[in-house]
Amino acid sequence: MNTTILLLLAQDGVTNGAIYALLGFGLVLVFAVTRVILIPQGEFITFGALTYAALASGKLPGTAELACALGFVAFCVEMFSIRHQFTTGRLVRATALYILAPALALVLAQFACRGTSSATINIALSLMIVGPIGLYLYRIAYQPIAHASVLVLLIASVGVHLALQGLALLFFGAEGMRAPTITDVAASIGPLRVTGQTLAVYIVAASLIVALWLFFGHTVYGKALRATAVNRIGARLVGIRTVLSGQIAFMLAAGIGAISGILIVPMTTIYYDSGFLIGLKGFIAAIVGGLASYPLTAAAAVAVGIVEAFSSFYASNFKEVIVFALIVPVLLARSLSAPIMEEEKD
Amino acid sequence: MSQRWSIALFALVMALFPVLPGIPPFWMVLLDNIGLAALVALGLVLLTGVGGLTSFGQAAFCGFGAYTTAVLTTSFGLSPWLTLPASLLVTGLLAVVLGLITVRLSGHYLPLGTIAWGLSVYYLFSKLEFLGRNDGISGIPPISIGSLKMMSAGSIYYVIWSAVLISSLLTLNLLDSRLGRAIRALRRGHLAAEAFGVQTARAKLLVFIYAAILAGLSGWLYAHFLRAVNPTPFGAQAGIEYLFIAVVGGAGYVWGAVLGSGIVVILQEILKSEMFSALGEGQLEIVVFGVLLVVLLQAAPGGVWPRVAAFWPFERRSDKLPAGERLAARPKVDIAGKMLLEVQGARKQFGGVVAVNDVSFKISPRQIVALIGPNGAGKSTTFNLITGVLAATSGKISMLGRPIIGLPPQEIVRRGIARTFQHVKLVPDMTVLENVAIGTHLRGHAGAIASMLRLDRRDEARLLAEAARQIKRVGLEGQMYQLAGNLALGQQRIVEIARALCADPILLLLDEPAAGLRHNEKQQLAALLRQLKHEGMSILLVEHDMGFVMNLAEQIVVLDFGTKIAEGAPSEIKSNPDVVRAYLGVAA
Repeated sequence: MNTTILLLLAQDGVTNGAIYALLGFGLVLVFAVTRVILIPQGEFITFGALTYAALASGKLPGTAELACALGFVAFCVEMFSIRHQFTTGRLVRATALYILAPALALVLAQFACRGTSSATINIALSLMIVGPIGLYLYRIAYQPIAHASVLVLLIASVGVHLALQGLALLFFGAEGMRAPTITDVAASIGPLRVTGQTLAVYIVAASLIVALWLFFGHTVYGKALRATAVNRIGARLVGIRTVLSGQIAFMLAAGIGAISGILIVPMTTIYYDSGFLIGLKGFIAAIVGGLASYPLTAAAAVAVGIVEAFSSFYASNFKEVIVFALIVPVLLARSLSAPIMEEEKD
Repeated sequence: MSQRWSIALFALVMALFPVLPGIPPFWMVLLDNIGLAALVALGLVLLTGVGGLTSFGQAAFCGFGAYTTAVLTTSFGLSPWLTLPASLLVTGLLAVVLGLITVRLSGHYLPLGTIAWGLSVYYLFSKLEFLGRNDGISGIPPISIGSLKMMSAGSIYYVIWSAVLISSLLTLNLLDSRLGRAIRALRRGHLAAEAFGVQTARAKLLVFIYAAILAGLSGWLYAHFLRAVNPTPFGAQAGIEYLFIAVVGGAGYVWGAVLGSGIVVILQEILKSEMFSALGEGQLEIVVFGVLLVVLLQAAPGGVWPRVAAFWPFERRSDKLPAGERLAARPKVDIAGKMLLEVQGARKQFGGVVAVNDVSFKISPRQIVALIGPNGAGKSTTFNLITGVLAATSGKISMLGRPIIGLPPQEIVRRGIARTFQHVKLVPDMTVLENVAIGTHLRGHAGAIASMLRLDRRDEARLLAEAARQIKRVGLEGQMYQLAGNLALGQQRIVEIARALCADPILLLLDEPAAGLRHNEKQQLAALLRQLKHEGMSILLVEHDMGFVMNLAEQIVVLDFGTKIAEGAPSEIKSNPDVVRAYLGVAA
């Protein structure tokens, strides 16, 4: 084995690993707050990537309309559920959140794709479109069954995943898309070539790790979100609005998924169903992190990326077999090192 | 209508279905698919719904079954009937390997682990040369009986549905047995089951293998039904779909598996074929399918079967007392003059916290000893040390002169120490009788096969009769067939005592037995405990009701912050200044 190949593979692994880490964070975040295992995370990647790619090529992304449609459904669900405790304040809030926000994004997107908008605007707009989709999904699909068991929530996730994947095909078609790189800056360090794009991946991943760690470990609101996960009733008793926590977690996760998508789409072509497999790798990282720890998730994600890079070089046929089979011993080690005294489930 | 007749009626309807005139052949294909999925879902009902082990990997086991027969029939020319045992054996063996790893995963790691190996098995199918990679294997011969080759959907129908019905019956039998109760107790945590001798890891492995073999059977049928296999139907998507069938049907119910697969398969078919082909959009049906799934779960989070079953006139189980021969009692050992239980310098540290600090005390035969102390004094931890739930940091605990420290809970109850729990650990959706019968676990012998084939009835009758006897003894015979979760908390504690008595103990450990009882119920309990003592049992109890303790106990051990501060007869304890200080504060 020569050093150049080793370094190249390692670099490749770390870059992919950083993306997986981002996705892992989204999963950990949502699970920690709502106990939902967010299988649709992959669709947020797809949505983010394809929205950004569409905007960059001057087309109106279908997700802008999708956000409006989902917002409307969420509005109806909300109105139905508050019909007995109806107040004008609630109506105003719901209208702003579910109707006006996506409508505004749609209008802005129409402006953006008419002229030549900068990458920054496109990114901001993509987040503005995909983030709320997460929130609306929580309102529509998960909030009514927030108290159900992890298993039921998981199956609901499967339903959402299937529906979104179908919608992705509907809105974006079967053609793959690719976007221009965010910057063209590049530098060579020895045999390695570091592009602005990969650098952006590292910077975004690292800053999100720090931000999430600060948010959950050191702010009252972050702690409130964690409290919701441990005990919903207890959290409500001390005045935490658990519904809001869930919505925020979903919005953040959708945003994180979209950022990952935006970061990858200049590097690889994304199809309507690409998100799922990428999301799964992030999922593995989250699993290894025990669906609880952000730093561990990050480390695991990088490890997954590296294992994947090396196995695709040495045994490309068995890349997936190796990546997925390697998790099992990790899980076993985690189970044995921290046995749970007694799980009270129902 | 009794359950037996309902099943017979169902079997009759299914048997007559294909001979009805005018049934389109396409319906038969659909019914075959429903049966195939129901077999897998049935395993999941046991594994996930009843046993609490969520598996996404069942499709992989279907694959093992299907590929085994595909390879053996096409490459080696074996008859399908010969490959059936081979398929089941291969599936079973691989299930042992995967199961040994999987059942050791705790909490959420378990379902995630099944996703992981499920995916890697799928990729293995699609990459291995001798399994035909992505193209799979075709040209698999059909199943045949004599000259009848089951080429059509209508002819293999009977094989598939016989398999479904027989497996359902075997599963129902298994659930209604000594092992079945142990499996049903798994979902509520291990402590209670292990305290009565259930080997929880082994029970989990058993259901895992059982579910895998059902999936393998489905895979074998699938291979001979389509006469070709490829990796796609054994991937992650399929694994998720099977789980989803079980949840939609009602994950805890055997017939929920059949109903669930009916709902899902038909729904998919309708969406695929008629309504949406007109719209031309290839994937719209999957959107609708996903949406319907979410709506269905919101409407019936417990699955559809319980809703349907509520309309069916099922007969309630007879309320007559179970009759059976008496179980053999524990052989009498000569305990005169020996110490029943000796705790010497037992210590338990959790990190830097010393929960039990070198505590020593003794219990002689036919003695009631109380362990008292303020909250957090280490009483329950002491219980957990004696019963093997926690490993002591140091110290000795021996019973009748033999050390029992370091033994697992299952072995300690075998030696004759049975317990109740401070936080009641009953299975709420099992009847009082069934809950109490878990206590008899070690006194029965029937295994899984015997239970499935109903060869365990004599053994079972004895166990249930013993359970009924103990329920009567604690005065709850009126509630015998109620669900344990519907009882008041005080009564649930009494149920726990009956369960402990079923283990035929020499020493009974009761953790706050009188909490939640009314005055006269407490008096009845005290009378019962005295009677048990006269019959030769010793009792160690933790209790906060001082009136109850002082009247009942002959010896009292007082703990405070993990340390024993006093020991003696009730009269001495009452006037002990240290005890008064611990309970009432320094100024008192």
